[in-house]
Amino acid sequence: MSSILSFTILGLFTGAAYAIAASGLVLTYTTTRVFNIAHGAFGMVMAFTFWDFSQRQHMPTWLALVLVLGVVAPGTGWLVQRFVTRGLGEGPVSVSLVVTVGLFVGLIGVAQYIWPPAPRTVPPFLADEGLQIGGTYVTAHQIITIALSAVVAAALYVLLNRTRIGTAMRASVDNPMLLRLFGGKPDLVASLSWAIGISLAALAGILLTPVIGLSYYDLTLLVINAYAAAMLGRLKSLPLTFVGAMGLGILQSFAVAYLPSEGNLAGLRAVVPALFLFVVIVAMPQAQLRIGQVKGIVSAPLPTLPKSLGWGGGLLAGVAALTVTMGDADLLLVGTAATYAMVMLSLVLLTGYGGHVSLAQFTFAGVGALAYAKLDEPNLVGLFLAAGIAAAVGALVALPVLRLTGLYLALSTLAFGVLMDKMVFQADFAFGYNGTLRAQRLSVLGREFSSTGGYVLVMTVFFVLMALALLLLRRGVLGRVLIAMRDSPAACGTLGLDMRWFRVGLFGLSAGMAGLAGGLFAGLRGTIGAADFQLFNSLPLLLLAVVCGVTSMTGAALGGVGLMLLPVLQSSRPELAGLVFAVLGFGAVALGRDPNGLANLVFGLGRRLDRRFGDRVRAAVPVLPLPRPRVEDDSATAVPLADPLSGVLIVPETDPPAGHRAADDPTSAQQKEVPAHVAP
Amino acid sequence: MSLLEVEDVVVQFGGVTAVDHASFVAEAGRITGLIGPNGAGKTTCFNVITGLQRPNQGKVRFEGRAITRLPVHRRSRRGICRTFQRLEAFGSLTVRDNVRVARDIHRGVVGLVRPASADVDGLLERVGIAEYAAERADSIPTGVARLLELARCLAAEPKLLLLDEPSSGLDESETDAFGELLAELAAEGRGILMVEHDMDLVMSVCDDIHVLDFGRVIASGSPTEVRADPAVQKAYLGYSDEPADPAHAADHTHADLPAVELTQEIRLEGAHR
Repeated sequence: MSSILSFTILGLFTGAAYAIAASGLVLTYTTTRVFNIAHGAFGMVMAFTFWDFSQRQHMPTWLALVLVLGVVAPGTGWLVQRFVTRGLGEGPVSVSLVVTVGLFVGLIGVAQYIWPPAPRTVPPFLADEGLQIGGTYVTAHQIITIALSAVVAAALYVLLNRTRIGTAMRASVDNPMLLRLFGGKPDLVASLSWAIGISLAALAGILLTPVIGLSYYDLTLLVINAYAAAMLGRLKSLPLTFVGAMGLGILQSFAVAYLPSEGNLAGLRAVVPALFLFVVIVAMPQAQLRIGQVKGIVSAPLPTLPKSLGWGGGLLAGVAALTVTMGDADLLLVGTAATYAMVMLSLVLLTGYGGHVSLAQFTFAGVGALAYAKLDEPNLVGLFLAAGIAAAVGALVALPVLRLTGLYLALSTLAFGVLMDKMVFQADFAFGYNGTLRAQRLSVLGREFSSTGGYVLVMTVFFVLMALALLLLRRGVLGRVLIAMRDSPAACGTLGLDMRWFRVGLFGLSAGMAGLAGGLFAGLRGTIGAADFQLFNSLPLLLLAVVCGVTSMTGAALGGVGLMLLPVLQSSRPELAGLVFAVLGFGAVALGRDPNGLANLVFGLGRRLDRRFGDRVRAAVPVLPLPRPRVEDDSATAVPLADPLSGVLIVPETDPPAGHRAADDPTSAQQKEVPAHVAP
Repeated sequence: MSLLEVEDVVVQFGGVTAVDHASFVAEAGRITGLIGPNGAGKTTCFNVITGLQRPNQGKVRFEGRAITRLPVHRRSRRGICRTFQRLEAFGSLTVRDNVRVARDIHRGVVGLVRPASADVDGLLERVGIAEYAAERADSIPTGVARLLELARCLAAEPKLLLLDEPSSGLDESETDAFGELLAELAAEGRGILMVEHDMDLVMSVCDDIHVLDFGRVIASGSPTEVRADPAVQKAYLGYSDEPADPAHAADHTHADLPAVELTQEIRLEGAHR
């Protein structure tokens, strides 16, 4: 009996900490409609700050607590709301997700940079005190935590129900527009709730540190537990959030106590929160379509077919040149870049065209790789079968959340990623714990591409074919419907479109593309393991895809190279490892509002070079043609070109005059494209 | 049996009751006006009818069948289509493609494999925005975008059209042409339910009018009846002993709530940045 009691108390303790974190998450989400994926990351940084104040600078504990919870955390929350997340709630969910994922990765980078890895401990509050309850010893720290969660609950209740600003907060839950009409101050409400929210994240982080240790990832990923609890309250109800948190804490504690610690079910203990999250999301009621979003995203210009073929051919020629000049080690990197670029193509479809976010795209690639290795059919049939399996898994992930949109779909991919990471990929029937699988290189029509160079070329061919297929899709009816769904789900619904099956198909197709990339990657590397497809890698992938341009094939190619370079850069300068993440994360925060990303600069490059030097070059070489005036694209989906220099939405008035919009000179643009591959 | 029946609908946002036991009907072949000061709950009523907002209480019936629990797209398939006060045009598609997508969606699976084309231009012609066909929908003026939403709706061949402030952004002659178009559309047998602030337009084209104030229907009837109703004058003017002069009343409506109108305009501008 006493063991049940002690595990219950342990569960209540962790549940109390989750409750504190989750209520902060609910507060920020309901008042600003920005779901803060980085909530746990803020808690992690604040826990490190607390360690810094109390242990490194030897401040008294109370002073460090007051400074962190009363000054640093609320100040950070206020600043973040003011300068980063303000206004995001009214935009598409994909943008706010990308920006907060950017914060997530950036904060981990900052923490690693300021506090390089080293053993650090934070002692529990009143370490020597405790109580004997029956046969169970309860530490003072546990009692304090449980008591604090009650205090937080009471304080939030009073704030929301007994104060003017709290009433305004509750009103903005349903309708911020209405709040404005009735004379409320949404900006003040938003800043205040972020200040309180980050403080609560900090408190939860500090309370949990003595138990789970001061670790960049563990504390950050604790947020999944907070999401799960908050979801039970449908991101609205604080009492239900508390119930969810306590229930989850106890469930987790019992899982540790009573589930087997060996065999295939061993992973189950680690995925209790993710399972909980998944179940709660599946049980959510139908989401209402939102209206009144800001939309109309400037898409990357759709290239004509000859132009796309030209680019594709140029890319192939470039890679072919690399295969004869480079050694195998460097070619492996090029192949890795091609893999990443293909996974990013799957994000172009999902995020760039469809407006949905997947936080676990690498996991789908992992499914494809696993299937390819297990099928052991190193030919096109095996490869496409592997891609098909990944597609089916992708559709399966989207299926239970058929009725839900944006945010919930993204969160269920996160839960799925955790499940695969901890339970499936490491299981004996998959890669095995710390194990690897062997995979053969692909043969096409009986011809095996055993040399690394040849194989890399085959991968590039696949990239080009996938890109062409995507462009074809984009120009057709389905592409138009996809864009319409992204721009205004509400209008699509009122026009009679049942978006649920579209979403499942979209997810499946995108997962299939990632799976194909994974299969090819398995063949490239020969041996693959769970570590190659970790959930956490999917986040930099998403960020780089957006930073480089998630609406264009060029963006995917650039992003693939960039993502391949990240670890190269980090291993050559280990002291900068954290900084790289920080730059990437905050870069995504800055660029996340513009889905066309850096690729737009490339598109504009030819034009700008021409404007700058064109006359001089033509004077010297008179045979060069004049820049063509922009021809009205044959497909009616032609859009005014975006001005590459200004980020967001552009109306034609600000576009350069037609003469300057001349179609990009494909050759000059290609020359800019190829050196990026030579970089390593 | 009326085409659309809204029965005792209640919608609450937190502590605010946006629609308060509202009941009204719209008939096929007639233009029904839904008017009232800002914040009266008109758009919320539209959201309830189209399924974008679940009512806390009450029923919506279309052609005699309850649709209160149907998802948005199923209601559209039954023949309800709407335009939006805060525009919901597909900003990154051209004007023509906006209508084409609506056509594709309406035709279902068949439409998806066999793209529509010819009648799309006809619809643009009919609402009078053919000259904008090749422009991106987020770059056209507000008035044109409203007409685009109307054309897009017509592509879905609805029996009931819900128009949310369709004439704002149109100049006087455009508004006149728009009034004629509405009369034509109704004469073809469609029911039209319209939220509108331009009282001249409402009084001239509507066959029936319902007046909402603080979420309640305070008057229903023909334009003449509604014009003479003391409760309506009170809601619009703040006092009831003003002579019953509709043109005058309209002036006051606009002058009354400048701040709110302004906020909405700014937000619309923001959407087109």
